[in-house]
Amino acid sequence: MRGRAVLTGEHFMHGDHACTEGAIAAGCRFFAGYPITPSTEIAERIAQRLPEVGGVFIQMEDEIASILAIIGASAAGARAMSATSGPGFSLMMENIGLAVMMEIPIVIVDVQRGSPSTGLPTLPGQADVMQARWGSHGDYAIAAYAPWSPQEMFDLTVLAFNVADRFRIPVMVMSDEVVGHMVERVVIPPEEQIPRWERKRPTVPPENGFRPFLAEDDDLVPPLVHAGEGYRVHFTGLTHDERGYPDMSAETHHRLVTRLVEKVRRNADAMVRYEGYGLEDARIVVISYGCTARSARRAVAQARAAGIPAGLLRLISLWPFPEKPLRDLARQAEAFIVAEMNLGQMICEVERYVAQPVIGVNHAGGAMIPPAPILETIEEVANRGAHIGRRKASTG
Amino acid sequence: MAHTLVAEKHPLDDLIRTDRMPHIWCPGCGIGIVMRCYAQAILESGIPVEQHVIVSGIGCAARTPGYMNLDSYHTTHGRPIPFATGLKLVKPELMVTVFSGDGDLAAIGGNHLIHAARRNVDIKVICINNFNYGMTGGQVGPTTPLGAKTTTTPYGNPEYPFNLPYLLAAAGAVFVSRWTAIHARQVKEDILYTFHKPGFTFIEVLAPCPVGFGKSNNLDEGVEEMWLYRRRCVPAGRVPEETPWEALQVDLREERPIVVGRFVDEDRPVYRPVRLEDKPSEHRG
Ligand SMILES: Cc1ncc(C[n+]2csc(CCOP(=O)(O)OP(=O)(O)O)c2C)c(N)n1
Ligand code: SF4
Repeated sequence: MRGRAVLTGEHFMHGDHACTEGAIAAGCRFFAGYPITPSTEIAERIAQRLPEVGGVFIQMEDEIASILAIIGASAAGARAMSATSGPGFSLMMENIGLAVMMEIPIVIVDVQRGSPSTGLPTLPGQADVMQARWGSHGDYAIAAYAPWSPQEMFDLTVLAFNVADRFRIPVMVMSDEVVGHMVERVVIPPEEQIPRWERKRPTVPPENGFRPFLAEDDDLVPPLVHAGEGYRVHFTGLTHDERGYPDMSAETHHRLVTRLVEKVRRNADAMVRYEGYGLEDARIVVISYGCTARSARRAVAQARAAGIPAGLLRLISLWPFPEKPLRDLARQAEAFIVAEMNLGQMICEVERYVAQPVIGVNHAGGAMIPPAPILETIEEVANRGAHIGRRKASTG
Repeated sequence: MAHTLVAEKHPLDDLIRTDRMPHIWCPGCGIGIVMRCYAQAILESGIPVEQHVIVSGIGCAARTPGYMNLDSYHTTHGRPIPFATGLKLVKPELMVTVFSGDGDLAAIGGNHLIHAARRNVDIKVICINNFNYGMTGGQVGPTTPLGAKTTTTPYGNPEYPFNLPYLLAAAGAVFVSRWTAIHARQVKEDILYTFHKPGFTFIEVLAPCPVGFGKSNNLDEGVEEMWLYRRRCVPAGRVPEETPWEALQVDLREERPIVVGRFVDEDRPVYRPVRLEDKPSEHRG
């Protein structure tokens, strides 16, 4: 081993590389992937970095093999990750459900590009965000984060590993081509300051009667047994009881699936992340995420400078959706604007929680939404509603 | 007075999840025989039980891990090999066996099969070939002979099947053999042998599926198919010098020999991930 795992210091770094460094710093020691623009730089850098820190890199024959390989690696005890973009993300969908059912932690990075199908390989999109939540069949829940900068490519990749391990779920980093290919300042903290949430592990020795899928704690997370530890545990994607044994009854199915979904709901506070800007007095709330939030931030600043009481709620976790801050804002806001590089996805989630008008600023992808259309929408909303008064520019 | 001898314990008891019995397999099915061979091989392997891991996809054969008292992973249809690959690379000290059906491994999972063989990852594959998709009710599969009837080829199969040993040999497996469910001893011996043979190994076991392939092709009793194996199986001469690869094609409906035996047994460097402390020339081996 020759390389340092944590490249502590200040860097001028590419987003995909920052993601790689976040993974290595978080202790990721297994990566399986298949090249696809605009995520390939993650695979290329991690192919170089993992051998330096004693980890395993393997390029698989496709993205289905990649997700299976990381689930297998994680089942053996490694922190494991894959990175892809829309077409590969689609290929992974069935087995996101497998990781959910087996409760084996994995991290998947989707550097989104213009879609559907092959779409715009080299240009940005944000149209996989609902797929991240619902793409596999059945009821389940996961966590997904949307970085808006190379710094967050690092930070949120670390968080993704921690959330995945702590709650035994797949976690997605839903980046986009703009953030993935952006070069910016990235500060990597000292090793001891990298947060680490451990997997819950069995505290009793292997013995007859150990029930590996029994969640005794309030967090609904059972301890995770790794291959080769003597517990002789059965993992299956079939509906199973607390012993891990297949059980084809409606009662067991309901109990299992409810726990898997409830596990995420109940622990949502630990997973939810968001950031507010100018929200204290906001009557017009812009909601955005990923690269689009950078334009939204500018538009909101311009609106405020012009005396319009606008604010930004930036979603950092897309899933679980930050519903609490939204419910709070619903008490003060007159209108919501959702800016996203798709034809209206997270806006549906916003509409679930607020009664006010919700206006979308959308583009199908291929280029960043600039601040102008967001600002114009803010202005239109401000002009239309007499009650959304203009503040004096001097106070902005 | 007749004496009855009741054994308190069978040597394989510890390897079987007896609390999961009865199993789901039909009377006359060949899978259970192969599972028993696997269990016996584990017992004789000298490798601690805790180090054996069994991985499967989906299908009747793929239910085997649920009955083995081992660390067992019943993954999705076609995907046991990449799962096993990830697991093995993280814990190379484990003995990882993939136990699945021909449809699982050679149709939906066919791409993983050939690529794992090409890489020569150190996993042991046991493939139950019953010439059809048993679990879903006897549909055509990648091994169904040309012309054979199945529930989705009611007029006869219009496609040619895979010759699995040939495919695996071409893809680079270091060990390839074929037996049938009647060759319990040879199957056990080969499983045991492959435990000690580094690299990607493949054992095909032809097995009766009386309710699937059998029913549609005049073999509705498992035992009939076992008799057929007994009558028609011939051990291979050296492949390909004495027995051409093409002769390994099987069609139970035709009165011609079914070639069985060890077809490939060679040494090739085993895949292992790049380690920086290695010199470049040592990356493999
Ligand atoms: C993605 C997917 N497609 C289809 C199925 C349905 N399915 C279950 S088992 C099976 C075929 C199994 O055949 P084989 O691997 O030959 O095993 P056998 O049952 O004969 O032992 C199929 C098609 C599935 N479970 N998943
Ligand atoms: S359907 Fe065929 S393969 Fe499946 S259990 Fe029955 S006999 Fe065996």
